[in-house]
Amino acid sequence: MYVAVKGGEKAIDNAHAWLSEERRGDLAIEELSSDQIKEQLSLAVNRVMAEGSLYDPDLAALAIKQSRGDLIEAIFLLRAYRTTLPRFGCSNAVDTDRMTCIRRISATFKDAPGGQVLGPTFDYTHRLLDFKLAADGEITDVPMATEPLSSEIPHITSFLNTEGLIQQEPNTQSEPQDLTREPLELPASRALRLQSLTRGDEGFILGMAYSTQRGYARNHAFVGELRIGKVSVELDIPELGFSIDIGEIEVTECETVNQFAGSKTEPPQFTRGYGLVFGQSERKSIAMALVDRALRWRELGEDNLGAPAQDEEFVLYHSDNIQATGFLEHIKLPHYVDFQSELELIRKLRREAEGFTQSKEAAE
Amino acid sequence: MNAHAFEGGFANPPQDGAFAFRAIMNAIAKPGTIFSIQGGVPPTGLSTAAGSVILTLCDPETPIALMQSADNEEVRNWITFHTGAPIVSAADAHFAVGAWTEMMPLKQFRQGTPEFPDRSATLIIECEKLEQSGAFLRGPGIKETNRFSLPNLEAFQRNSELFPLGVDFLFCAGSQVAGLPRTTKVSEV
Amino acid sequence: MNEYNFAYLDEQTKRMIRRAILKGLAIPGYQVPFASREMPMPYGWGTGGVQVSAATLTPKDTLKVIDQGADDTTNAISIRKFFQKTANVEVTEVTKDATVIQTRHRIPETDLSDEQILVYQVPIPEPLRFLEPSEPETRKMHALEEYGLMHVKLYEDISKHGAIATSYAYPVKVEGRYVMDPSPIPKFDNPKMEMSAIQLFGAGREQRIYALPPYTKVVSLDFEDYPFEASKAEHSCELCGSHDSYLDEVIVDDTGGRIFVCSDTDYCSSQQQIIKEAV
Repeated sequence: MYVAVKGGEKAIDNAHAWLSEERRGDLAIEELSSDQIKEQLSLAVNRVMAEGSLYDPDLAALAIKQSRGDLIEAIFLLRAYRTTLPRFGCSNAVDTDRMTCIRRISATFKDAPGGQVLGPTFDYTHRLLDFKLAADGEITDVPMATEPLSSEIPHITSFLNTEGLIQQEPNTQSEPQDLTREPLELPASRALRLQSLTRGDEGFILGMAYSTQRGYARNHAFVGELRIGKVSVELDIPELGFSIDIGEIEVTECETVNQFAGSKTEPPQFTRGYGLVFGQSERKSIAMALVDRALRWRELGEDNLGAPAQDEEFVLYHSDNIQATGFLEHIKLPHYVDFQSELELIRKLRREAEGFTQSKEAAE
Repeated sequence: MNAHAFEGGFANPPQDGAFAFRAIMNAIAKPGTIFSIQGGVPPTGLSTAAGSVILTLCDPETPIALMQSADNEEVRNWITFHTGAPIVSAADAHFAVGAWTEMMPLKQFRQGTPEFPDRSATLIIECEKLEQSGAFLRGPGIKETNRFSLPNLEAFQRNSELFPLGVDFLFCAGSQVAGLPRTTKVSEV
Repeated sequence: MNEYNFAYLDEQTKRMIRRAILKGLAIPGYQVPFASREMPMPYGWGTGGVQVSAATLTPKDTLKVIDQGADDTTNAISIRKFFQKTANVEVTEVTKDATVIQTRHRIPETDLSDEQILVYQVPIPEPLRFLEPSEPETRKMHALEEYGLMHVKLYEDISKHGAIATSYAYPVKVEGRYVMDPSPIPKFDNPKMEMSAIQLFGAGREQRIYALPPYTKVVSLDFEDYPFEASKAEHSCELCGSHDSYLDEVIVDDTGGRIFVCSDTDYCSSQQQIIKEAV
């Protein structure tokens, strides 16, 4: 006699036990610590913080350890934790003019006040596997700068602005909506779009940005400036009547200078795209700026070319890798009830079709 | 702010809120049927039921209008302390609390929009008592008919004609609550 | 378990969900947007249903969780354990003993009472989504009660296949107004939606909640000459002999042999018990 399979609970427990064993790997190899991940895999930590929308390198490192290096899984762990935290309020906008830069480059000017600062970049490394690193990762002498960078490095776009060559962004002074506290409603404000892009999947945003470069709503982007460094976060305390510094975060900011807009009444001006991402996340912030710019077609009076990167609904609804991976992977859950109804339907349709063919043959 | 403002909240918010919400949900899902609700001990001007509804549903995201009979310093302080809900005028309110006559005309409240009919006010009406008699109610949540002591017929009829727009009602007396969503058709027979 | 609040969600989140549930009940079949939270299980695993259950459960409730009609499917077990841990509620597999039932893809065979609440997990709440991918467009269609596209789709099915080729998530019209997705239940279950219990629908990833008060009129869309038909496999259950419950097909050997068994495991075991007692 047929007996239905039982014991799902046991199976789940066993799967979890096996998973933790796999995570640990060979016991003869020393266990990886969260601190090692935080210090030595910091770009992975940065990505997890950015897409997890939570600036906490220790927890991000723990999440990477727990997820066996599956970064989307780690982002998910961080997001699920973030949800349980109370919202204290809205900080003041961070002042990136006062960023303590470790890197600051402009592609639009050979030199500018503040200078070009390469910083710790892969840009000019030769991508040759460093076999020495496999045996010994100790660093050799790193020279120190003779004088510190200026604590206030003006933005490149501010130079363009003195000539009125670049479009101005109005300062609305208003508190932006919070994507994680209110359901997304379209059309979305730019603040909301930027929130969505900064926590969006790096690969998705990169692909979208790349598509604009290849001609799907091309917007001729120059990296006006890319800067990485620490900024302080300030919060207004109404009871105190002033704002206090609640900490420092590392961010990457990218401002692109794009093709002009203009009209019969307004002279041509460069336009802007903007990217701001937690941590050192250059690829993501440049991509974000390109997609931001593509999404601004309506406000800048451009044509809708039907390009994917111009379609706000398409971009915003599909950029979140936690939503995407959940829905994608859920199709491996049991669906046999639905499948059964499809089986019955297709059998019925085929019976009817065969009956129809037979009666037609009989008539002939 | 007097001391009373700090008292009279839910003793155990997760549990009291869960029980109170069940009563409110039953009230809206089963129009005209009376349910018991408690947990909140509001100051004079609000019934136990209305106070418990406010503690269960209101927070800084839900502006409240206090109609004249519910509007006093103590009530304001109590709502502000326990919920953080801003006190606003009728037109901006997500919730309004007061006597039936003060709610007129219903048009003064948010009715929702064709695309977002949920963006409409919920009116918390303080009553002398609630009774399972009077007007006949029909519609979703009611098997055939239900009967409830409505303060008026015409206003509710006009409200239900606006469906899917319109406002929804919670009637409160002592520690009892009953509901009447916009879908309910009311009549004398 | 003290690290998290009762039923996991914080009180402010619960209030937001509770308000959405109330407006959903007041406008049956209309999808209320809500700020869905990231839950500790993936989107697609029932985060909408879990949030609705979390905002609905009281410490006195008895919870039943089913997936595909069965209490012992892995995800049903996982969700049940989640609420045992975070809300410390009683759980049961017996349909009539439950006060709150969370379900994925089925409505229990046993009639529910007016003391019960049925919570559905919904993947795509918008019945018009596969006809019109844009959210602002479908929202406008609901506002204008413009459902012609849906009828065209069903009619195209008929001209192509000779029948309406939708077997699950079969669209319904609620109280003559909103077209609603019943979640991916087999169309066999559609007629059960006019019931005594409160029905709540949660779509986490899509950030929508909708609801049906008891006894709400729910009509499956059809045409006069092609009436709706609640179909199932034309067999009886191998285990309990039931003729009128929804059946799963199980492949039992590698020569294509198969049997049919009830998808509702609690119903099946109660039927088997009745037979045993009669013998």
